[in-house]
Amino acid sequence: MLSRLGLRAAPAALKGLAPCLSVGVLHASRPFHTGPRCLAPLPPLPEKGGQVRHGLIPEEFFQFLYPKTGVTGPYVLGTGLLFYLLSKEIYVVNHETIAGACIVGILIYIVKKYGADVAAFADKLNEEKVARALAVKNQSINNLESAIEQEKKEQWRVEGRGYLFDAKRNNVAMLLETNYRERLLTVYNEVKKRLDYQIAVQQLSRRREQDHMINWVEKNVVQSITPQQEKESIAKCISDLKMLSKSTRATV
Amino acid sequence: MADRPVPLKDTRFLDVKLGQVPSWIAMRDFTPSGLMGAVRRGYDSYYNKYINVRKGGIGGISMVLFGYVVISYIWNYEHLKHDRWRKYH
Repeated sequence: MLSRLGLRAAPAALKGLAPCLSVGVLHASRPFHTGPRCLAPLPPLPEKGGQVRHGLIPEEFFQFLYPKTGVTGPYVLGTGLLFYLLSKEIYVVNHETIAGACIVGILIYIVKKYGADVAAFADKLNEEKVARALAVKNQSINNLESAIEQEKKEQWRVEGRGYLFDAKRNNVAMLLETNYRERLLTVYNEVKKRLDYQIAVQQLSRRREQDHMINWVEKNVVQSITPQQEKESIAKCISDLKMLSKSTRATV
Repeated sequence: MADRPVPLKDTRFLDVKLGQVPSWIAMRDFTPSGLMGAVRRGYDSYYNKYINVRKGGIGGISMVLFGYVVISYIWNYEHLKHDRWRKYH
């Protein structure tokens, strides 16, 4: 379980990953799938390590001795070896033996009591690390998928460009029509103005002729009224007025 | 039993017969780069077998510590010889 804590700073995995990181990054000029086999994505870690019995002796040793000596073979070998070392005093019993025995006892007690908890804690840390990496990967996958959706939508939108161009063509045609009609109106107004001018000129000249003629006729008439006729007409007017005044006074 | 004769140079140590061990050792690469390569290979194989796993156990480092204890005992045997209980064995 301490190895699981060691895994948190696993350099070997990074060392195996570094040479192929440049292959993972996209170089347009570099060919792919050449050179030695790249370990990306990394193969997953093995679930359990090599088995070790009693924390000290690899299981392969027991399997190695099993065909010849059965199950108790390695233990008998261990006991014999221990007695040999003690009797020949290749292993010397002194104060350090007692100290070592106490330390080993305490270590074994600690490992047996707290080993599982530490292992679970380290596993939890690893799980969080893996979950974070997985979250990043899933996030990027989701982003890319939504980008693909967007792209497909854009491609679908492109199909509508016929309608767009028709609308634009209609707009342009309408503009042209409007412009044409404005100019038509301008032409009409201009022509109307010129014709009105001609009419006004004709009417003006006719009125002037009329006025002139009237003035001329009046002048001639006034000239033709001699003073004799003027006195007679004035006397007649006065007598008429007197008669009228008499009749009016009578009615009032 | 041998499927095809593998040259002695390429066999692994555990597959070498007992009589061929000296010649096998003589054929190893003793240049500095060869020695470093051997150390690196040994470290990598131990690391990938016992430590670089999902559910490692105490055996991974306890074997290393035990090896350290044994080597330090061997290196200090000259001193420890004087603590022996009997002179003749």
